[in-house]
Amino acid sequence: MNGFQFQFSPVFARSDVLLEGLWLTLQLSAIGISLGALLGILLAMLRGLAPRALRWPVDAYVELVRNTPFLVQLLIIFFGLPSIGVKLTAEQAAIGAIVLNLGAYSTEIVRAGIESVHKSQIEAGLSLAMTRWQVFRHVVIAPALARVWPSLSSQFVLMMLSTSVCSFISVQELSGTAANVESDTFRSFEVYITVTAIYLALALVMRGLLAMLGAVLFPKGSGLGRLRTQSGR
Amino acid sequence: MIRTFSESEFLFIVASARWTLLLTLLSLLLGGLLGFIVALARTSQLAPLRMLAAGWIGMIQGIPVLMLLFLSYYGLSMGGVDMPPIVAASVSMAIYASAYLGEIWRGSIQSVAWQQWEASAALAMSRAQQYRYVILPQAVRIAVAPTVGFIVQLVKNTSIVSIIGVVELARAGNLVNNATFAPFKVFGTVAATYFIICWPISLLARRLEGRLNARRSG
Repeated sequence: MNGFQFQFSPVFARSDVLLEGLWLTLQLSAIGISLGALLGILLAMLRGLAPRALRWPVDAYVELVRNTPFLVQLLIIFFGLPSIGVKLTAEQAAIGAIVLNLGAYSTEIVRAGIESVHKSQIEAGLSLAMTRWQVFRHVVIAPALARVWPSLSSQFVLMMLSTSVCSFISVQELSGTAANVESDTFRSFEVYITVTAIYLALALVMRGLLAMLGAVLFPKGSGLGRLRTQSGR
Repeated sequence: MIRTFSESEFLFIVASARWTLLLTLLSLLLGGLLGFIVALARTSQLAPLRMLAAGWIGMIQGIPVLMLLFLSYYGLSMGGVDMPPIVAASVSMAIYASAYLGEIWRGSIQSVAWQQWEASAALAMSRAQQYRYVILPQAVRIAVAPTVGFIVQLVKNTSIVSIIGVVELARAGNLVNNATFAPFKVFGTVAATYFIICWPISLLARRLEGRLNARRSG
């Protein structure tokens, strides 16, 4: 029998390469998630304020993105845009795809939060002589965000994990550098165990940080009760 | 040699959807079985089992599907046995599905009113009988909508197995794009095919959810 022997030392010897990949993963996640969440919140607000007839472009965007794989969106941006003359680096294409993808999921999540605000709350706000905008800002959006923060958080973590797919278009983030180390050392299983452990640690830290951020941004009670929404995985 | 994107390329892409569907089905069956075990363990009376299941869910949900794929691919072939890529692909997707389905079904089991447990215990039912005749029939109704919703995620995530050489939809798109250099037509076709598979499932999930809510409030 050929017993398999774990050899992590060749992998650890290349830890500088993996750390560079980790750094790019962090950058992609931070930029992509901030912009994606912002896009989602803006679109959900726009959809909430726009007359019913003007909602369909937002809805179409959300449905199109949520029913096609992130990988295909990435490939369309990376191969498609240069073919019509828009020059893009792989990293730019990756960030574009992350923002596009997360934007749609966040729109859907925040929309559910906005629609969960009861009509009587809005009427109460208006009867206190608040302007329409003030009502929207303080009575609708703020509690809506507080309620859907848990769903948004899990979507953010999923998006961070999905940045691994960007290695398909040769972005040298964590899983991209893992492939390089693999072809240098031939210790495939050890490389991917190491990188998997890093992703897991990242996900755990991120869950903790997002929970803390939620506690700071949305103190207890600001959500007027939590709402459970279906989040994409 | 550059080929043009013609009917045969189009048909090649659309026909490769059968592998996407087969992979979804395999991982749903295998992942469903595993997920059911995870859900039962997660709602067990034994604390170690509950912790084990919670650990499994928390761990798998913190790992990219791509890494699960590589670990299955290289892990299965470590014994020196050459595994067809579709096996590694199904195994990794099943592991992925087991964590999410396990979590969905845990929630469904726990959302059955606790008095149902008491009432069935008072009728001298065993734990297995309680599950079989009282709890699961009610939990299944609650579980249907989110489970159908998760299938959409599963279909989409099968696109990742293209990297180990399974010629499903995404891989077929890549192959045709390399030959034709018509990325919008090629990946547009790929995206449209995914959309045609996923959208009806999404709509079904939403309808089921609406129906459940109507029944609850009515």
